[in-house]
Amino acid sequence: MWPLLQIELFKIFKRSRTYISFAAIGAIVALILLAFYADGNNYMAFGMQSLTQSFDIQGKVLNGYLICFIILQTLLIHVPLLIALVAGDQVAGEANMGTLRLLITKPVSRTRLLLAKFIASTLYTILLLLWMALLALVVSVWIFGTGDLMILKSTEVVILENTDVLWRYFAAFGFAAIAMTTVAALAFFLSVFAENSIGPIVTTMSVIIVFTILSTMDIPIFNTIKPFLFTTHMIGWKGFFDAPVSWSPVLQSAGILLLHIAGFLVATIWVFRKKDILS
Amino acid sequence: MEPLIDVKHLVKNFGDLVAVDDLSFSVFQGDVYGFLGQNGAGKSTTLRMILSLILPSSGTIRLFGQELSTNRKSVLKRVGAVIERPDLYKYLSAIENLSIFARMSGRKATSRQLIEQLEMVGLADRAKSKVATYSQGMKQRLGIAVALVHNPDLVILDEPTNGLDPQGIADMRNLILHLSKDLHKTVVVSSHLLNEIEQIASRMIILDKGKKMVEGTVADFFQPAKNKVHLVVSDPQKAKLMLAQTPWLLEAEQLKQELVLSLPPDQVPALNRFLVQQEIDILSIRSVNSLEDYFLSLTSENQHVATFTN
Repeated sequence: MWPLLQIELFKIFKRSRTYISFAAIGAIVALILLAFYADGNNYMAFGMQSLTQSFDIQGKVLNGYLICFIILQTLLIHVPLLIALVAGDQVAGEANMGTLRLLITKPVSRTRLLLAKFIASTLYTILLLLWMALLALVVSVWIFGTGDLMILKSTEVVILENTDVLWRYFAAFGFAAIAMTTVAALAFFLSVFAENSIGPIVTTMSVIIVFTILSTMDIPIFNTIKPFLFTTHMIGWKGFFDAPVSWSPVLQSAGILLLHIAGFLVATIWVFRKKDILS
Repeated sequence: MEPLIDVKHLVKNFGDLVAVDDLSFSVFQGDVYGFLGQNGAGKSTTLRMILSLILPSSGTIRLFGQELSTNRKSVLKRVGAVIERPDLYKYLSAIENLSIFARMSGRKATSRQLIEQLEMVGLADRAKSKVATYSQGMKQRLGIAVALVHNPDLVILDEPTNGLDPQGIADMRNLILHLSKDLHKTVVVSSHLLNEIEQIASRMIILDKGKKMVEGTVADFFQPAKNKVHLVVSDPQKAKLMLAQTPWLLEAEQLKQELVLSLPPDQVPALNRFLVQQEIDILSIRSVNSLEDYFLSLTSENQHVATFTN
């Protein structure tokens, strides 16, 4: 398995399109940091206008931890596209290039080939999130320093002490890795049916957009299906920023996402093992 | 001698379409085995089934004496293939492509060995160039290098001359002969071009609409002494019975409404006279004595004559 995985990683990281995702995240984070560096205090004063009328807020609210939270909230909506770009290309891209038929004639089982490709996609996903964590957390803290994290929610304000924040970010990035791997697994599954990577990428994003809209709309008929949509559970990372952490829903969401990953992977292998390679 | 490839009663259906219909044939060690047929005759589908790209609907495929479906990995270690176009990773160099497929075939080759492989196909000086910069002929040669990188016993080439210029076609022909004569590989090569197969194959099979029309040595098909006469008469059954009693008829077989007779070329006038004497009306008589004519006579889509005769 290791040689196959090495080959798949080599192929992923030899393609220039792979680095588009890293560049895109770098650019977005840099823009957000620049905006906060230039005009952050005014932005914060405006955002907390209603709060400061009733409360006296002391300390450095605009700090690296808060900016990292804002970046995470903004980026985790868009990162699925970057994940689908690589995961959706894994089988469909090979079919499109014509290399799939050469791969299948080699003395390697289809299951092992798929597992190597999926693990490579997962490693790419994790690397992308590490890159995001490095920029969003490390660089933000480096520029803006640390402080207590104040999060405004619709019905409450959560204030987390400076010393109680960092572990929550590690946990949140860990959870995000599971959520994004679910996206990768979906794109990977769709990739088996297509002979061009555009199809699986667009379909993955369409599914995520539709499911996210259904997850966020507060309409009774949609509320009944929300627990069954994986997008509902993808934002479970926010649970780490409750005080105290609501472990039960967070762990439940993580479990449901892991089940989705396993389900997509098993379905991918089942379909691909029976597939006639006609490309 | 046990066949290297032994295919029995192979069938492949795509929905209602029967792409390969009860096909049986054998390839022996040392053969350059030609797969000949029009586009859509079932050549590529058959070769893809032999390489496990397509799962057969029924029938058996044995390679090196082992059942393919249950011994896929061990069997495919001994096979190298180029199926249709030699598509490789365009964003990688030739040597990177070669290295990837060598490792996938279970061979850990050194850079020196990979360069030697490229030297064999005349690409050593472009080893580090990206495949995207290669011409069609160079890609085809690199495809052959990839097929041979793990030193297989059996090489399967599906339409290897497609898209090549005349020089490229000649190079490919020489390469196939080199594989067979100097490196002692068994080669299966498919083509819809008769003259290609005629020049390189020792044995061949002709397919039409997924069915085997004939199988044998090229010499079997091309014997001027065994002149073939295609005959359409008013009563083929009676004609066949009467002709069986003549001393000059070597063989007679019925293909649909047509009788195909083997007889010496100088006996064609005697055949004509004999049928008239027997009051059997001759609707059509056609003498065939080249492999090309024979091929065309077996395949049904005569509107594609230009394709075959190239």
